[in-house]
Amino acid sequence: MKKRVLTVDDSRTIRNMLLVTLNNAGFETIQAEDGVEGLEVLEEANPDVIVTDINMPRLDGFGFIEGVRKNDRYRAIPILVLTTESDAEKKNRARQAGATGWIVKPFDPTKLIDAIERVTA
Amino acid sequence: MDMNEIKEIFFQECEEQLAELESGLLKLNDGDRDPETVNAVFRAVHSIKGGAGAFGLDDLVSFAHVFETTLDCVRSNRLDPGPEVLKVMLKSADVLADLTNAARDGGSVDEARSRQLIKELEALANGEVPQASAAPAEPVAKPVAAAAPPPVNDEGFQPVAFSFDDFDAAEEPPLMEMPTYEIVFKPKSDLYAKGNEATLLLRDLSRLGEMSIHCDMGALPTLDRLSPESAYFFWKISLKTDKGEDAIRTVFEFAEWDCDLEISLIEDEVAQPGEELPMQPVPFDLSILDDEPAISVGVVEEEEQLASRQQDRDAAVAAAATASNVLQMAQSATRAPAEKAAPAASAAAQSAAAQQAAASAATPTIRVDLDRVDRLINLVGELVINQAMLSQSVVENDTNGTSSINMGLEELQQLTREIQDSVMAIRAQPVKPVFQRMSRIVREIADMTGKSVRLITEGENTEVDKTVIDKLAEPLTHMIRNAVDHGLETPEKRLAAGKSAEGTVRLTAKHRSGRIVIELADDGAGINREKVRQKAIDNDLIAADANLSDEEIDNLIFHAGFSTADKISDISGRGVGMDVVKRSIQALGGRINISSKPGHGSVFTMSLPLTLAVLDGMVVTVANQTLVVPLTAIVETLQPEASAIHSFGANQRLISIRNSFCPLVDVGRILNFRAIQANPVEGVALLVESEGGGQRALMVDAIQGQRQVVIKSLEANYTHVPGIAAATILGDGRVALILDVDAIVAASRGQSLKPEMSLAAAG
Repeated sequence: MKKRVLTVDDSRTIRNMLLVTLNNAGFETIQAEDGVEGLEVLEEANPDVIVTDINMPRLDGFGFIEGVRKNDRYRAIPILVLTTESDAEKKNRARQAGATGWIVKPFDPTKLIDAIERVTA
Repeated sequence: MDMNEIKEIFFQECEEQLAELESGLLKLNDGDRDPETVNAVFRAVHSIKGGAGAFGLDDLVSFAHVFETTLDCVRSNRLDPGPEVLKVMLKSADVLADLTNAARDGGSVDEARSRQLIKELEALANGEVPQASAAPAEPVAKPVAAAAPPPVNDEGFQPVAFSFDDFDAAEEPPLMEMPTYEIVFKPKSDLYAKGNEATLLLRDLSRLGEMSIHCDMGALPTLDRLSPESAYFFWKISLKTDKGEDAIRTVFEFAEWDCDLEISLIEDEVAQPGEELPMQPVPFDLSILDDEPAISVGVVEEEEQLASRQQDRDAAVAAAATASNVLQMAQSATRAPAEKAAPAASAAAQSAAAQQAAASAATPTIRVDLDRVDRLINLVGELVINQAMLSQSVVENDTNGTSSINMGLEELQQLTREIQDSVMAIRAQPVKPVFQRMSRIVREIADMTGKSVRLITEGENTEVDKTVIDKLAEPLTHMIRNAVDHGLETPEKRLAAGKSAEGTVRLTAKHRSGRIVIELADDGAGINREKVRQKAIDNDLIAADANLSDEEIDNLIFHAGFSTADKISDISGRGVGMDVVKRSIQALGGRINISSKPGHGSVFTMSLPLTLAVLDGMVVTVANQTLVVPLTAIVETLQPEASAIHSFGANQRLISIRNSFCPLVDVGRILNFRAIQANPVEGVALLVESEGGGQRALMVDAIQGQRQVVIKSLEANYTHVPGIAAATILGDGRVALILDVDAIVAASRGQSLKPEMSLAAAG
């Protein structure tokens, strides 16, 4: 069965890249444009893994992760943070919010798939 | 979708982000201190950087990075976005736009400028706030300033690019013999809470080499004290790998904060790690990963069985109850729709409210290829024509005016018009992007001329057809340049005249009677009429003793090759004057006027059609041909009397209208529809305003009526015809030509119709 990935990113460019990369790697991809939409579609998307950006309007990645972790059904889902912000402080904040791991932009398809493989069975 | 398409999307997005960036910065410039504005500005740059990184656009990335770092200082309140700071940021936004364009279209950017700005941005990030009028060469660090931010250059986030290959390369195995590592991996509960999974980590670890794992279950409490979400196991792993310790650490990269991890290199390979363990080692089988957690599946099955048994019982009870309830059920069935309707209604109300909330947050939009919209607009144009043809043939064939066909047709006509309006609205866009571009132009010219200028824009959300917007930028740019370069005085002169040193340029857009009116006002010196007049005399534009009204003098600046600046600066350009502006505005079916008050500034007013796809025209007959004259060009129509017609010269005629003379132009003659001039008394004169502001009376044979026509490009379908702007199809199915009034007027001045002279409207 195909693994389902929910991606949350406000950049159309990155969304498209994620879509192409994930689809090519055999994932089923559901996309949201910001944290608010991410939480809205969470139940319906029923993903196996989530990839999210940090800097987003309405609800940023930290808030989104916290929101997911509050959901009983998804509180243990692997969440990868996709961001250019790679310094320790930001990683730490993402981890405190409950992120499983991170992928440092610039976007690299191999890195993305590797990271997803690492956190999913 | 391939990478090129995504790249295209990226550049589209960049454009939006750049617009967002600029409008955000301008808001900050106006004193807006909303954190969300700062965030939006930051996000815009951040997004561009992120996408640019993915495409390897290094110049863009490095500039965006510096910019972002400085913006982050603003975001975290370490840097106050004062006017001087924003000046640098606005310039940086310009450079970012240049870099984006260069990345898309090739071409080069002003590298010195971007390097300079990088320096300035870094200085800002380091807490050096530039002084308003201090020499820019030596930025002074503010020693006291309460809000002086700490230098962040070194602690600002620098993305650390890393690749697994780097680690591999760094730790080249010196020996053929693979080293063995002993790893003690003790997860904390948090590890699982964050979605990490010990088995997966072990799986990844096993891929590094030959591995044996021992699981310690010693900490496992009795079942009654077991918390299902705590971590009780830990693992002792012996791994034979040539990948190095860093590769091992990388496996635990995501988990290292939530586990105790010890990695040590075992020198003596003979020693078996398992033997040293004080507790009883339990071999750990990774293959459990393949057949999923069997235990939990069992639990689920059991639950399902329970549930289904429960369902069976419920069904039985329900069956027993059924017989006695049949009556009741029948009754409730009739009630049900009403009961159902109520919640449905409230649900609908809720969703409507939700939609409203969503709309207030952000209007949902879709992106559509412009080609598709254009095709739709063309089709609707055909529909309008077809409907007109249908109406006409029904009118011709059906004498009974009250028939249902007529009523249906009327409805069709109304619907067609509505569809047309709606479709046109799809392509309508706010003038905002063009206006935003102007603020950059103002900044650049202000810099070049040493003037201080504030651009105020109003009505940026006024919508107009995209085709009009696209053609608006050029004349507007030119006018803005003129306004700053020629209109506004230098700060010294302004102060001397009792004005503020900072000049104001106001750009306004509004809808007025089905057209868009754009006003450009400056509070400069106004038109120097003496100088304009003298120049016009020098250039033989007017006679030395010509008696001109103020307005007429002002309008002289629209004459070809007119420039009043004493020396022509490289800003406004040589030889490109307001005449070009006027021509491009007219090519859009618009008009431009100037009114000026000496000492108080000038106002340019442009009035443009909302679309170039349809046109309100007057349908006229000339030598048995049907022509359409754009209504905007016509000032009035009149029936000439023989006494008003005066001949002069070989074959020139004038018509006297309210005691002034106006040249009479026979359209049929100019277009070579007929060899000899028609008798003016038998026709109708259309008084039109021409390029120079002067009036001409166009002679046509008869007026058929006024009508909105769909513009069809003649160039695209046939070839350019001098004197004709475009074509349309009338209700009777015939093609009618749309007159290019300016070309006709120019031709009447003794110049023959040459292709380059007529301004073809786009169709």
